[in-house]
Amino acid sequence: MFEFFKGFGVTFSTMFKKVVTEEYPENFPPAAPRYHGRHQLNRHPDGLEKCVGCELCAWACPADAIYVEGGDNTEEARYSPGERFGAIYQINYLRCIGCGLCIEACPTRSLTMTNFYEMADDNRQDLIYTKEQLLAPLLPGMEQPPHPMRLGNDEQDYYVQGPTLARKNPETDPVGEQVK
Amino acid sequence: MTIAPEEKKEARPVPEGHVRLTIDGLEVDAPKGELLIRTCERLGIIVPRFCDHPLLDPAGACRQCLVEVEMGGRPMPKPQASCTMTVADGMVVKTQHSSPVAAKAQEGVMELLLINHPLDCPICDKGGECPLQNQAMSTGRTDSRFVDTKRTFPKPLPISTQVLLDRERCVLCQRCTRFSEEIGGDPFIDLLERGAHQQIGVAEDKPFQSYFSGNTIQICPVGALTSAAYRFRSRPFDLVSTDGVCEHCASGCAQRVDTRRGTVLRRLAGNDPAVNEEWNCDKGRFAFRYLGSPERITRPMVRGADGVLVETSWTEALTAAAEGLTAAREGGIGVLAGGRLTVEDAYAYGKFARVAAHTNDVDFRARPHSAEELEFLAAHVVGQGPEVLDYARLEAAPAVLCVAFEPEEESPIVFLRLRKAARKHGQQVFHLGQWTTPAVARTSRDTGAASPAAKDNLVRSVPGAEAAVLAELPEHVVAALTGGGVILVGERAAEVPGLYSAVSALAARTGAVVGWVPRRAGERGALDAGAVPTLLPGGRPVTDAAARAEIEAAWGLAAGTLPTAPGRDTDEILAAAAIGELAALVVGGLDPHDLADPAAALAGLREVGFLVSLEMHTSAVTELADVVLPVAPDAQRSGSYLNWEGRRREFTPALDASGVLPDCRVLDTLAVEMDADLFTQTPAAAAGELGRLGLGARTAAAAPSVPPVEPLRPAFGQAVLATWRQLVDDAALAVDEPALAGTARPAFARVNAATAERLGLVEGQPATVRTDRGAVTLPVALADLPDGVVWLPGNSDGSRVRSVLGAGHGDLVGVTA
Repeated sequence: MFEFFKGFGVTFSTMFKKVVTEEYPENFPPAAPRYHGRHQLNRHPDGLEKCVGCELCAWACPADAIYVEGGDNTEEARYSPGERFGAIYQINYLRCIGCGLCIEACPTRSLTMTNFYEMADDNRQDLIYTKEQLLAPLLPGMEQPPHPMRLGNDEQDYYVQGPTLARKNPETDPVGEQVK
Repeated sequence: MTIAPEEKKEARPVPEGHVRLTIDGLEVDAPKGELLIRTCERLGIIVPRFCDHPLLDPAGACRQCLVEVEMGGRPMPKPQASCTMTVADGMVVKTQHSSPVAAKAQEGVMELLLINHPLDCPICDKGGECPLQNQAMSTGRTDSRFVDTKRTFPKPLPISTQVLLDRERCVLCQRCTRFSEEIGGDPFIDLLERGAHQQIGVAEDKPFQSYFSGNTIQICPVGALTSAAYRFRSRPFDLVSTDGVCEHCASGCAQRVDTRRGTVLRRLAGNDPAVNEEWNCDKGRFAFRYLGSPERITRPMVRGADGVLVETSWTEALTAAAEGLTAAREGGIGVLAGGRLTVEDAYAYGKFARVAAHTNDVDFRARPHSAEELEFLAAHVVGQGPEVLDYARLEAAPAVLCVAFEPEEESPIVFLRLRKAARKHGQQVFHLGQWTTPAVARTSRDTGAASPAAKDNLVRSVPGAEAAVLAELPEHVVAALTGGGVILVGERAAEVPGLYSAVSALAARTGAVVGWVPRRAGERGALDAGAVPTLLPGGRPVTDAAARAEIEAAWGLAAGTLPTAPGRDTDEILAAAAIGELAALVVGGLDPHDLADPAAALAGLREVGFLVSLEMHTSAVTELADVVLPVAPDAQRSGSYLNWEGRRREFTPALDASGVLPDCRVLDTLAVEMDADLFTQTPAAAAGELGRLGLGARTAAAAPSVPPVEPLRPAFGQAVLATWRQLVDDAALAVDEPALAGTARPAFARVNAATAERLGLVEGQPATVRTDRGAVTLPVALADLPDGVVWLPGNSDGSRVRSVLGAGHGDLVGVTA
């Protein structure tokens, strides 16, 4: 008989404790800032892509989730500073294990991870994210490539002066990684 | 401890011609004159290097291979380059593994090499397979002390349409310049400037235009020379490599085929010391885009009642083809195999003709040909393997005579061997031809830079008179050929009546070995596999009852079923088809425009009652065909070629082979529909059966004896036409390759100065060569041709000699300014 009240006692006392349940679909709590979420292909402050299509991310990937094909920048169609750009870029989120080795491999800090984690779908095709989906949004001051190099004469200028250029316009968030 | 080495020394005397030295504490015997770096390699000690290449002369340019050397107990004052130092008796060598001095010297050299080397490995095509990258990791310093600005150059600099130069990455090892000078012999690329500004470059007015330029990309130890066609296409770790064999000519080069996700991305020269060493030509390296050409036929097609080809199923197409052919069997079926078949396919064509079509009307020759040629092939070539004449024997021969054969244009690796032999062993390479072509100049014993001056190794002849010239060859040529000489004869000999006979006679007279070098990869194999009107597989004559009985037994046929009369050759088959003597044709890879008379060939194809075409791409034949059956390209099948030596060159599919069928399988199924069994379902089955058949009993086939003809004499305003095809031209398998096409030799109409004056031609100005069929207009270039002769490239841009002029080698043409 005493056991009966003891059981209800637990229920009753819990009613006054702080709830740990996340109201997930209604609420959208951001993950920790360094959460390994969806990838992002960043841009230089003028909108050119940072990705040079070097495939080091694909090489580093232990799950073979990344597919890259390089392309040749021409004077008529320039997507990134320098000679080479990533013509095809795909990440297969059915394979990605979120380990972040690709981020470490990236020589231009083009590939970073956001803390966005809502990646579920009802078919396989849509979980292969293409370059268009992965590219960072165009912020004020950026221009959709292809366009000529606006911030220097060659790719060296972009890399050497990159931090200065990024600081010049505080409104632009060149990393743009955080879901707020 | 101290006694043991003395005992060992006594027990093991130094072999004759060898020296004994110590490397990293290991005692080793090395042949005199061997380079230290090779001896290290044999011991498994890898000394880092860039400029050293086993097939190039030592240069000592990069200084990366420094080792510590002690001679006679006295250490040399400075570390020595092991790639230029030869071994000596009593030498004590310490590499970076045992000597801190050598290790430090190598680190220092590497640091200096990297001072101006850009840090662009992520975007460099060599990244991942780069000797500089690897050796910087294995023997370089972990950090650089250089903090200043690196030297920069504009990049990439296209030195031809297919080779891109990045001077920042270059470490000045001179592999490319040495290759061009020593191996190819066309040194358009060289070192410019001095000191810190030293760089690789080309002359402004002379692009890097060589048939072998792709090799410089492959041997470049850094990413300084890269391929325009492969630029940024993939990374080494993406590629799946398959060993392959080149399908473009009869040289039979081994190659590496690199594929990524179902596409061939690049091809590299394979390493086969017996055949192509480590080289290949640019056509073999770059011409593979035909695989993905929009002209590729992927589905069988049947011509409907409305006269339009409609894609259909294999079942329907094969039924239609079999019905048409079965109905035509009474009227006669001709089989034209084409010269690009694998041995297995050629065997299937030959067997199809005999078993399913009941005829000997089968021929592989899709080019000008003659009955004399068949006799010559039966007497000298069929069944002959590399034991009679191979690349090594060719290289060792004291003298070689090329007859109707332009080695660089028609079999580039044979040319490289001839040049190597001329350069290294003093081989005399004579050419029976019309003018001092680049190949003639570069196989002359004066093998310095190719100079335009006439060389002494050209035996000049008016087109058509080659046979007569061969009969009265200069004394020194005959003397050189006597005793181990080699005569290389090309397929173009068929265009000159009596030339094959003259070659036979010359071989008998001098004891020289005869080698037949056709232009296409499949011809040699098709000959041995019996896709010939007069020969069954293994060189068995069709007229020989015993040979027929042997084949009948092997094929499981009733005795007496094989046709007994020799068949018709390609021209005769097409002529018979044109007048209705043949009711149907089965045609493989054949281009009517390659034949002696394209108009007559097209008439035959047009007039024949029923035409079945087995093709890869849409062509002049498929346009006329009633049934078109697609066949697999080499990249998607297995098989083998016989190269000009008679060496079997097997290959396996590089790409997924599902959904495409090789010729032998298509023919097998087609024959089954016609109630005949070929048992050639797979190339392996066909090869196995052909192997079991073996060679026929060697009946001494009589050498041809066709008398030479008088060459035609040009009237006023006329000239005798000399022509052959260039390596890089408008060939069907070189489609969709703008980078390769950009390095084709420019097309010129060549005449000598006297003829130019007589005909009113001016160098550099256009000249029009015409016949009653058509005209070709090309700029004039002067060359040392005989009087009254004009030379045209056979199938280059604007010079389609056969299809436009309807004329060939030795014919008279009108020439006007």
